[in-house]
Amino acid sequence: MTEITHTMTRYLLSLLLCLFAVPAFAALDPALVRQLADEDSDIKIAAIQQFGASADPEAGRLLKAMADDELLVGDDTVFRFDGEQARDAASGALIEPVPEAYESITVNNRIRAALSNALAALKLFDADRGVRLTAAKELQSNAGLEVAPILARAMDKESDSEIQALLRQAHALANLGNPDAAARLAAVDVLSDSASAATRGLLLPLLETANEPDATVRAAAAQAVKEIESRLAIGETLAKMFTGISLGSILLLAALGLAITYGVMGVINMAHGELLMVGAYATFFVQTLFRAWLPDYLDWYLLAAVPVAFFAAALVGMLLERTVIRRLYGRPLETLLATWGLSLVLIQAARVLFGAQNVEVANPVWMSGGVEIMAGLVLPWNRIVIVGFTLFVLALMWVLMQKTRLGLFVRAVTQNRPMAGCVGVPTGRVDTLAFGLGAGIAGLGGVALSQITNVGPDMGQGYIVDSFLVVVLGGVGQLAGAVWAALGLGIVTKFLEGWWGAVIAKIVVLVIVIIFIQKRPQGLFALKGRFVEN
Amino acid sequence: MRTPFIIRFLNATPRAGWIALGVFAALTLVVMPALHLLLPESSPFHVSTYVITLSGKIMCYAIVAVAMDLIWGYAGILSLGHGLFFALGGYAFGMYLMREIGTDGSYQSHLPDFMVFLDWKELPWYWAGSDSMLWAILLVLTVPALVAYIFGYFAFRSRIKGVYFSIITQAMTFAAMLFFFRNETGFGGNNGFTDFKRILGHDITSPEMRATLFALSALALMLTLLAGRYLVTSKFGRVLTAIRDAESRVMFIGYNPLHYKLFIWTFSAMLCAIAGALYVPQVGIINPGEMSPANSIEIAIWVAVGGRGTLIGPVIGAGLVNLFKSYFTVAFPEYWLFFLGALFVGVTLWLPEGVTGLWKRLKARRTA
Amino acid sequence: MNATVENPNWEVSVPAIGHVLQPGVDTSHKVILYLEDISVSFDGFKALNNLTLAIDAGELRCIIGPNGAGKTTMMDVITGKTRPDSGTCFFGQTIDLTRMTEPQIAHAGIGRKFQKPTIFENHTVFENLELAMKTDKRAWTSLFAWLSSEGRDRISDTLKLIRLDHQAERQAGLLSHGQKQWLEIGMLLMQEPQLLLLDEPVAGMTDDETERTGELFKSLAGKHSLVVVEHDMAFIEQLGGKVTVLHEGSVLAEGDLATVQADERVVEVYLGR
Repeated sequence: MTEITHTMTRYLLSLLLCLFAVPAFAALDPALVRQLADEDSDIKIAAIQQFGASADPEAGRLLKAMADDELLVGDDTVFRFDGEQARDAASGALIEPVPEAYESITVNNRIRAALSNALAALKLFDADRGVRLTAAKELQSNAGLEVAPILARAMDKESDSEIQALLRQAHALANLGNPDAAARLAAVDVLSDSASAATRGLLLPLLETANEPDATVRAAAAQAVKEIESRLAIGETLAKMFTGISLGSILLLAALGLAITYGVMGVINMAHGELLMVGAYATFFVQTLFRAWLPDYLDWYLLAAVPVAFFAAALVGMLLERTVIRRLYGRPLETLLATWGLSLVLIQAARVLFGAQNVEVANPVWMSGGVEIMAGLVLPWNRIVIVGFTLFVLALMWVLMQKTRLGLFVRAVTQNRPMAGCVGVPTGRVDTLAFGLGAGIAGLGGVALSQITNVGPDMGQGYIVDSFLVVVLGGVGQLAGAVWAALGLGIVTKFLEGWWGAVIAKIVVLVIVIIFIQKRPQGLFALKGRFVEN
Repeated sequence: MRTPFIIRFLNATPRAGWIALGVFAALTLVVMPALHLLLPESSPFHVSTYVITLSGKIMCYAIVAVAMDLIWGYAGILSLGHGLFFALGGYAFGMYLMREIGTDGSYQSHLPDFMVFLDWKELPWYWAGSDSMLWAILLVLTVPALVAYIFGYFAFRSRIKGVYFSIITQAMTFAAMLFFFRNETGFGGNNGFTDFKRILGHDITSPEMRATLFALSALALMLTLLAGRYLVTSKFGRVLTAIRDAESRVMFIGYNPLHYKLFIWTFSAMLCAIAGALYVPQVGIINPGEMSPANSIEIAIWVAVGGRGTLIGPVIGAGLVNLFKSYFTVAFPEYWLFFLGALFVGVTLWLPEGVTGLWKRLKARRTA
Repeated sequence: MNATVENPNWEVSVPAIGHVLQPGVDTSHKVILYLEDISVSFDGFKALNNLTLAIDAGELRCIIGPNGAGKTTMMDVITGKTRPDSGTCFFGQTIDLTRMTEPQIAHAGIGRKFQKPTIFENHTVFENLELAMKTDKRAWTSLFAWLSSEGRDRISDTLKLIRLDHQAERQAGLLSHGQKQWLEIGMLLMQEPQLLLLDEPVAGMTDDETERTGELFKSLAGKHSLVVVEHDMAFIEQLGGKVTVLHEGSVLAEGDLATVQADERVVEVYLGR
């Protein structure tokens, strides 16, 4: 009951405000200020509403003080404390002496609601664009009819097109409750340009006769809902595509190193995930160093981490190749077991060195936040950076393999080892370097992973199966194949997740890959050839 | 003239093998249970519950290792997913154990506790019949074998082999693990099955039950070894090793490797399932962790340590590694992974034929 | 259940084996193998290019040609290892080889010897022959199979023929290269095929061994059909059958060795232009 009367008074008072549209004034009207201290709540609220419509920043400060219970009344004067001194709330003049007895102005719930509305409305007239933008956004979901006149005034004054659009939207939302059917129709028309699920939710009730007596408005609302839904679907699909691409690029980063060690060299390296881990811990290490020695440049630690992670992982990789893997060339199953053992050792080493708990690797400031491509579609910066970084690593790898002597040697050795040896390629050293390159690229993958997942000793384990799937699916030795396989897996996974949830999606993807490999054991891009005895 | 099958089966194992088996049978079926049940705990000859449970567990592992060796050592197919069949067997029998709890669970419901927790009102359809032990045994023998058969049929038909096959089996067990982790799957999610109370109405923790399970595991292990011995000495076994060494030659002389591989693969999965079913009541818990890729790959190292391509090797390997593990994880828990990792590397580099290979080499050197 | 062939005279009665139900090969038109317009390409490279070739029943045919002429690919097509992109491949009048798997083709009666001797190195010589012996080769049967005395006799006959009777219990991997070649030929004979495909059977053999191999092949011809791929001209001359020259995936010339050697195109192909 009180709720209704409350809304009614607010409604009537705002109508009044429109009638007596008070021009902005520099100093506050003392009479109006005194009304704030009136015994009668209705009179208080009338004053608040009037201040709310004044578009005066000073009024905003006054109402804020009132909301914070800092507005005091004593000796029939409304004042507030500025440090030890008391100042008149209207003129700002010093009051001396400070009144003997004073109390703060009572703010009950009704008044508090009026205050917050007035404050929000005031913000629409703030000089700062950011404040106005926030206020306009706030009004997108909960604008009632009573704010419509204020919104209309704000629209008139507003020069910024983005805020203008938001205000239009809010104004239309507010007008959905307008008793005048023409106003409602206009509102629906405006709202049909929206792409937000919330707007759709507000329009849905209008489809029913019980809520909307006017048939034209109902039809228009139905049309608007349809338009919004198709827009939403596009946005959703685009969002899924993007998260799919971003997952794909993570898979690709995890798998690129493997594309060299397994794809080109044929070494089954089950410790590949742990090389990712080495890269991630290297990132953590660099971050720690920056925190300690270069706190001013902390935001740029990631750039320094890239080469450090590359060389750290490459070093570990070369060590593994020299000590273990090289003795097992040509025995894939044994290599698999031995490298699994190495992965256990690396995991335990990470536990001993850095502790069993996950360590904290922070996103630099420039990677937080996101860009809004369209309504409802925000692309986070860290994902965008990772997609870009993947392209960079891909390009780097392509250049290394196609344009450098090392790449030439690696390709020569893997195609015909004895012949390469005969023409003077140091096959042993090439193996070590190539493995180091693959490991280093895994380390780069670790840098990227550190930005989006937890960095801990077990982090690599989750990627080994995925990485192999990418390489196998793409076709062994096919860089382009790996790229398509990773993107495909990423996008398919994200869409399936949307339908069935993460776990089932993962299982379904595994099943799809298994079936696919059954059908095409050579992978997507394999060369068909005359295979001599296995 | 045809030799009857039973004679040929008995002839497959040489005299020394039978003697060893007899000694083993006497020890595990008579001596150890008797020492456990009849002697007071104060007696120096009393076999403790710990020893009984640990050796029962290790014998289950040994069955898995022999199963693994049949396909890896003899057919050259390295499976990284055998933990799945072991766990499926365990889950199949675990369903029965869960039903045997009756209304003694924390919620005093007829439903297993985790279902009450999920607010389920009745058993899902696939739990039908799980209160019968015979049905549980049937499930143990058929479900994992069927899963293996279907998976194997598609994999072997497309001639997936070597590392590809290994990786796919790893993906298979990984996917299954994720599936069992879900609460909605209806197998207790993360926690799996535990808090078992009874088998056929008898207390599962009583010394008699422990001794029985121990003896059953020993029996299963011996039967596995005898069956394995028959298999590898039969013509089937010779074809199998021939497939391992030169598959295309086998095809060109008219054998279809698909059926051979499929048979041994399914048989091996079935053995794992039996081991899993015996394992679960002894350790008192089964959860999706048993399906983790790491568990499956560890089976390979038992076989490698003991020696591939022999039947006694995997038993020795499973025993050695697991005895060591139960000691090490208590004494130096933080070094166990270092040790296990080093074992993987060391065995593949320096002991390709495992302990039995080493033994043979030493013996050959002494006679030479 | 019986693991051996009841009647050693396989030409008369062939038991139903494996999944192949053909009672035998219909060679009523004298032709045992007929390839027509076979093409196989790998990534644009045409390994076989409209190859057409017919082998008569009982014939001993030699196939020569420079490296990459398509000899091995042709054998792959016949034995089911490679599926042709187009063309037909018939064994006798009725059996379409392009629709069959390797084991089925082997059952139908085609044996193949690889370029590189492929035997079961970890089995004994005896076991190698036992595995190859014509019998029911299904997995389930093999679980209960055992060697009959007839089978044992056949193995010892073959052992004598390939002169490995003193090495029967030796591990096959320990044999010399020439002995491995012979063992593989022995395995082929145990299969009792009607058509033998032999890819460079005398590579790595001593002159003496080569000569004896030639004698063996000549004795097999008539009862069996043989297709021999070789580079050793002396050996081909010894065999004395019809010679087919393959070049770039199709037949360049055909006839007896002298005619073929006189052919200008053949000389050009072998000596370069």
